[in-house]
Amino acid sequence: MALRRALARVSGAQSSGRALAAAGARALSSEAAVEVPRLGQVDAIPSGPATRMNLFTAINQGMRAAMQTDDDCILFGEDVAFGGVFRCSMGLREEFGGERVFNTPLCEQGIAGFAIGYAATGRSCIAELQFADYIFPAFDQIVNEAAKFRYRSGGQFDCGGVTFRSPCGAVGHGGLYHSQSPEAYFAHTPGLKVVMPRSPAQAKGLLLSCIRDPNPCLFFEPKALYRASVEDVPDADYEIPIGKAEVVTAGDDVTLVAWGAQVHVMEKAAAMARDKLGVSCEVIDLRSILPWDAETVAASVNKTGRVVIAHEAPKTGGFAAEVASEIQERCFLRLEAPIQRVTGYDTPFPLAFERHYVPDALKVFEAVKAATSF
Amino acid sequence: MAIVAAAAARAAARSVRSMAARSWGVTARAMSTSPEAGEYPGGVTLPFTTDMAFHDPADDDRIPVFRVMDESGMLREGVEGFGEDREDVTNMYTTMLRIHQLDTIFYEAQRQGRISFYMTANGEESIHVGAALGFNNDDPVYAQYREAGLLLMRGFTLQQFADQCCSNEDDGGKGRQMPVHYGSPEHHFYTISSPLTTQLPQAAGTGYAMKMEGKGRCCAVFFGEGAASEGDFHAGMNFASTLEAPVVFFCRNNGYAISTPVKDQYRGDGIASRAAGYGMPSIRVDGADVFAVREATRAARDMAVAESRPVFVEAMAYREGHHSTSDDSTRYRSGDEIAHWRETSNPIGRLRRFMESKGWWDDEREKAANKAERKAVLQALTAAEKKPAPDMSELFSDVYAGEQPWHLAEQEVALRKHMARHPEHYAGEGH
Ligand SMILES: Cc1ncc(C[n+]2csc(CCOP(=O)(O)OP(=O)(O)O)c2C)c(N)n1
Repeated sequence: MALRRALARVSGAQSSGRALAAAGARALSSEAAVEVPRLGQVDAIPSGPATRMNLFTAINQGMRAAMQTDDDCILFGEDVAFGGVFRCSMGLREEFGGERVFNTPLCEQGIAGFAIGYAATGRSCIAELQFADYIFPAFDQIVNEAAKFRYRSGGQFDCGGVTFRSPCGAVGHGGLYHSQSPEAYFAHTPGLKVVMPRSPAQAKGLLLSCIRDPNPCLFFEPKALYRASVEDVPDADYEIPIGKAEVVTAGDDVTLVAWGAQVHVMEKAAAMARDKLGVSCEVIDLRSILPWDAETVAASVNKTGRVVIAHEAPKTGGFAAEVASEIQERCFLRLEAPIQRVTGYDTPFPLAFERHYVPDALKVFEAVKAATSF
Repeated sequence: MAIVAAAAARAAARSVRSMAARSWGVTARAMSTSPEAGEYPGGVTLPFTTDMAFHDPADDDRIPVFRVMDESGMLREGVEGFGEDREDVTNMYTTMLRIHQLDTIFYEAQRQGRISFYMTANGEESIHVGAALGFNNDDPVYAQYREAGLLLMRGFTLQQFADQCCSNEDDGGKGRQMPVHYGSPEHHFYTISSPLTTQLPQAAGTGYAMKMEGKGRCCAVFFGEGAASEGDFHAGMNFASTLEAPVVFFCRNNGYAISTPVKDQYRGDGIASRAAGYGMPSIRVDGADVFAVREATRAARDMAVAESRPVFVEAMAYREGHHSTSDDSTRYRSGDEIAHWRETSNPIGRLRRFMESKGWWDDEREKAANKAERKAVLQALTAAEKKPAPDMSELFSDVYAGEQPWHLAEQEVALRKHMARHPEHYAGEGH
C-alpha cells in the first residue's frame, strides 16, 4: 500500500510536487529552530523530547541531522530533489540547497560510482537507490569498489563516508521487482556494513551511525513500514551502534531472530505462542546483518535451547543460513531442537501469492511449535 | 604560439556557447510553437523541417587528430612555441626512456619468475608524460593500469614501483594486489582497481567534490577504448556532464583491448565522437606527439575548471607491446603490423628525431641515458626482491576502519593457531 501511495504521489507531484515539498520544508524548518542535542552512541533509545512520526519522516530527520552537522555531506539519487518517491528527502533541498541535495540521472551504477568517488575525497554522502530491486546495476560498484577501496590500497584510500540507502521488502503489491530483500548478497562482501531498521526511532539512530561510520554502509529500509510504523522519535541527534542486536521481548523457551519488518511478525508469533501454547519467546532484532551480533543471539539460545530465524528473502543462501550455522557452532550442546528457518521460497517474489510467500505469524508459530515439540 | 592563440580563441568562443548550453533544462517554460520552431521539455527550442532526412554519422567528416610534430620529429608548418626549451624537452625524453627501461626490465623480470605479472606502456609513453604535464600535480587521478608513466612524472620512485611489483612489506598496497596496481595519496593517484571502467563514475564524484572544494582542481580519469564499451563509461560521462563536474575523460585509443581490435569494439568515429551526446567538448590528439598531448590536456583541464564541466580527450596510439605478460599478441596480429607502427609512430623515436634535429641529442647521450636508467631500475628491483613480505596480520587489516569485527578477529586467531600447529608448512612465509 505504501508503494501504491508513493507512486500515486509521484505522478501527482508533476503538478503539485513543488507545493508539497514547500509545505514539507516549512513544517521541517519550523522544527529546525529548536537546538538539537548531540548524544553520540547510545545503548537505548534516549529519553527526552520526542515527536511521534512514521519511518520515512524519521529517516528524513536523520538525514537532516547528518547534513546539519557536516557541511560536506550531500544527498542524491533518482527523484531525490523533489523529496523522493517515498518522501524521505522532503524539504532537504530547500534547507541545504541544490548543490547538496540533487537529482541524478537514472542510473544506479552511476549513483554508486559517483558516491564512491565523492567519498574518496574524504567527504560523506548519502546515495539513494530508489528500490533495492534495482540495486543490481550498482552491484559491481558496491561489491568490487566501495567494499574493497580501503583494503586494495593498503589503507591509503577509503570511501568510508558513503552510505547507500535503499527501500526493500514486501509491500503488499510489489511483485517480483518491488519486493526483494537482497541483504544476503551484500552480507557476503567483506568491507561493507549492512543494516536494516525495524522502526522509526531505530531508523534514525542507525542511519546516523551509518552516515558517520568510517566504512561504506548499506541501509535497507523496509518500505512497508514507511507509513505503517509510527512511534515517538527523540528529537536529539543520537546513534545506535552498528553490529549490536536488541532483545525486543525477553523470553525463556524459544529465541526468535529477525530483522526489519519481520521483527513485527516475530512479535505477533510470540504473542500467539504465549496465548495458545503457553510458550515464552525471546524476540531479537538483529538490526545489523554485517557485522551481526552472534553474541547476543548465542546468549539467548544458550538460555532457551531453541531458535527460529525468519526473513523475507529466499531460503537457500539466505542470511538465516549463516545465523543457523554460527549458532550451531556456538550452542551445539545447548540446542534442544533443529534450528528452524521461516523464509521466502526459492522462487522469484510472486505478486498474486505474496500472502503465501512472505513469512507470517502463523508460519512462525508453527515453527515455534515444531521447535518445542521436537 | 599561433596555435595556442587560436586554441585560446576557440576556448573563449566555446565558453560563451557553453553558457547558453548550460541553461538547458533549468527553465521550465510553457510550450510555445511558431511555424519555424517549437519548444520542448527542458526549455529547448527545436527547428521544424519538412525534409525527412536521417542524419548518418558516416556522412560526417572524421574528427581530426591534433598534432604539432610529425613522424619525422619536425614541427608542422605554422606551428610555433613548442619544444623551445632544451631542458624541458630533455626531461620529457629521458622520462620516456625511464618508463621504457622500467617496462623492459620488469617485463623480463616477470619472464624470469621474479615478479608475478606485468603490463608495459610501449608506444604510449608520450601520453603519460604529456598528460602528466598537462594536469596540475594535485589534480586527483584515476588510472586504468597502463599509466605508470604519469605516476613516475609525479615523483613516485622507482623503488616504490619495484616494491609494489614485488608485493613486499614496503608496498603501500601491502602486497594485496597484482603488480602495476599502484596508488599514492601523496601523488593524488587513486589505487588502481582491476574491474574496468569503474573509475569513470567515481571520477565524476571526485570531480564534483573538487567543484565543491572550489580550489580550481580537476579530476583526471584514464581508460582504454575497450573499457569505453562498459556501462560505467556512459554512467560516468552522463553524471559528470549533468552534475557539471570538472573532469577530464582521457581515452587512450591504442587499437586493441587484449586481442579485440577496434572494429569489433565500436562503430562510431572512435570514442571522442560520443562526447557530443553528453554535451561535452572533445578533442582528438596524436598520442605519440608528446607536445600535442601536453597542450591538449592542459587546455582541456583549464576549460574543465573554468567552465565547471567535463571535457573529453581521445589520444590515438598503438599498443606496441603485448596486452600483459599473460598475452602473446602475435596470435592475433602480425609481426609486420607491430614493426610498421613501431617504426612510424613510436613516440620515443619521434621525440628523439626532434631533439637530434635541434642538435640536442646523439647516440652517445642515448647510450649513456639508457645505461643510467637501466641501472637505476635494476637497483630498485634488486632491493625490492630482498625485502620481506608484508606481515601476515595485513591479511585481516583494512577490511574495516575502526574496531575489527568479531568474525574477522576470530578468523585471524584461528589462522594463527593453525600456523602454529604447522610451522613447517609456512616456513619462510610472512612473519
Ligand atoms: C570489467 C572487466 N572486464 C574484463 C576485464 C579483463 N580485461 C583486462 S584489460 C582488458 C582490455 C582493456 O582494453 P582497453 O580498455 O582498450 O585498454 P588497453 O589494455 O588497450 O590499454 C580486459 C578485457 C577486466 N579487467 N574488467
